[in-house]
Amino acid sequence: MATYSTNEFKAGLKLLLDGDPQAIVENEFVKPGKGQAFNRVKLRNLRTGRVLEKTFKSGESVEAADVMDTEMQYLYNDGEFWHFMVPDTFEQYAVGEAALGGCGQWLKEQDVCTVTLWNGEPLSVVPPAFVEMKITQCDPGVRGDTAQGGTKPATLESGAVVKVPLFVEEGETVKVDTRSGEYVSRV
Amino acid sequence: MTDWRPGAAAAREARARLLAGLRGFFAARNVLEVETPILSHGAPLDPMVESWTATSPDGASGYLQTSPEYPMKRLLADGAPDIYQIARVFRGGESGPRHNPEFTLLEWYRHGMDHRRLAREVVALIMSQAALDASWRRPTRLREISYQALFQQYLGVDPLVADADELQAVAVQHGMEIQGVLDRDAWLDLLISLVIAPGFPGARLTVVFDYPESQAVLARPCQHDVRLAARFEVYWGALELANGYHELSDPGQFHERRERDQALRRQRGQTLPQPDAHLEAALESGLPECAGVALGVDRLLMQLLGAERIEQVIDFPFERA
Repeated sequence: MATYSTNEFKAGLKLLLDGDPQAIVENEFVKPGKGQAFNRVKLRNLRTGRVLEKTFKSGESVEAADVMDTEMQYLYNDGEFWHFMVPDTFEQYAVGEAALGGCGQWLKEQDVCTVTLWNGEPLSVVPPAFVEMKITQCDPGVRGDTAQGGTKPATLESGAVVKVPLFVEEGETVKVDTRSGEYVSRV
Repeated sequence: MTDWRPGAAAAREARARLLAGLRGFFAARNVLEVETPILSHGAPLDPMVESWTATSPDGASGYLQTSPEYPMKRLLADGAPDIYQIARVFRGGESGPRHNPEFTLLEWYRHGMDHRRLAREVVALIMSQAALDASWRRPTRLREISYQALFQQYLGVDPLVADADELQAVAVQHGMEIQGVLDRDAWLDLLISLVIAPGFPGARLTVVFDYPESQAVLARPCQHDVRLAARFEVYWGALELANGYHELSDPGQFHERRERDQALRRQRGQTLPQPDAHLEAALESGLPECAGVALGVDRLLMQLLGAERIEQVIDFPFERA
């Protein structure tokens, strides 16, 4: 069982605490000149997404969480699970709604995502930073309004709705930033 | 590409000005500047402070000082007058927004003073330095409060009688989630540094005096209450700047405390450094009645300039040193 001592703490380190894998977001060393040292740590629970602050007595050791980020290709959705595959090994993983954390709207078949595994089970999915998707529905743009930088909602093939400039038409493919959910360009 | 550039250009002139200001302060008060070794054969046994070790290719080794306290006390025992030193000191495992493993410590000793009087001089020193430059921040208020009253006022708990469970309950009540087993003193440290001090007003100097005997370090016991040690700390806002004592001069008590520290180190599985062989002998020969204090110069500079992190005032913090 791997452990980390508080002096190894740094942002990104993954610990097993209260039965959940948690990632260090921030680590601050606090110590009175002649007293006990502490590490004030902000942690994100990788299962629930909740962020909390914990204080560790410096020198303590904490169990490491067996958490691994793996690149996987998104295959399909069977209505209940989203299926991913490790390209090298063809190993497949079924990801449920909870682990998917609402990123289903950015998944396009064949796209490569980062799937985080905890003890071999999918914990969370990060879609590619940019995806290209076809617009399946949007109202026709109003000519002459383009200079105003106006926008209109457009529905993408995955069901996601993004704001696009007025000149973008139904049937076109657009590039979207999945981190902000914003339109980037026409493709 | 290495990050070769020094990182605290904005604080460089201020640092030079502060160092000159500190020397001026002591020159005006007839306090003698001294120098003592950075590298020594012995190290303090205080379980809360870890020394760096240094080794030479010829096999010789020593400790880098965590403070110049021991040799300065040997100077005093030898008849030196009031003395001060601006020293580079080193502490193992201390690194963070307000800690650099190597830092500048101003330490001074005054004959015939007790801890309360010396605390006033620390305040006078800070105020005099803050007046050196019109653009520097300066404290506008002073609060002197005993350690006991501080806990009673901020947390409603008596730090001299509360046991570890009660102190833990107070911490939990203040929203702290704690990992690890803490003894009574560790709970007190946690409460003062993570709950109480962060609530100190930013422009206020707070002098905390008369610490629990278990945190005496090298302060003498208080005459009016043996549960207390004649120790003080000075905070500027939430930042701890200085720690001082009405110095323990009784060699017997010094010996007892060293044994206590040694036992604590063993119990916690810490390394046992080679103890300093000379200080106890110096105390036996006679340390004059005096008070001494150590003040973090980098932290004072942080507060004067309104810096949030110590690397803003240190050109080459350890990661890039």
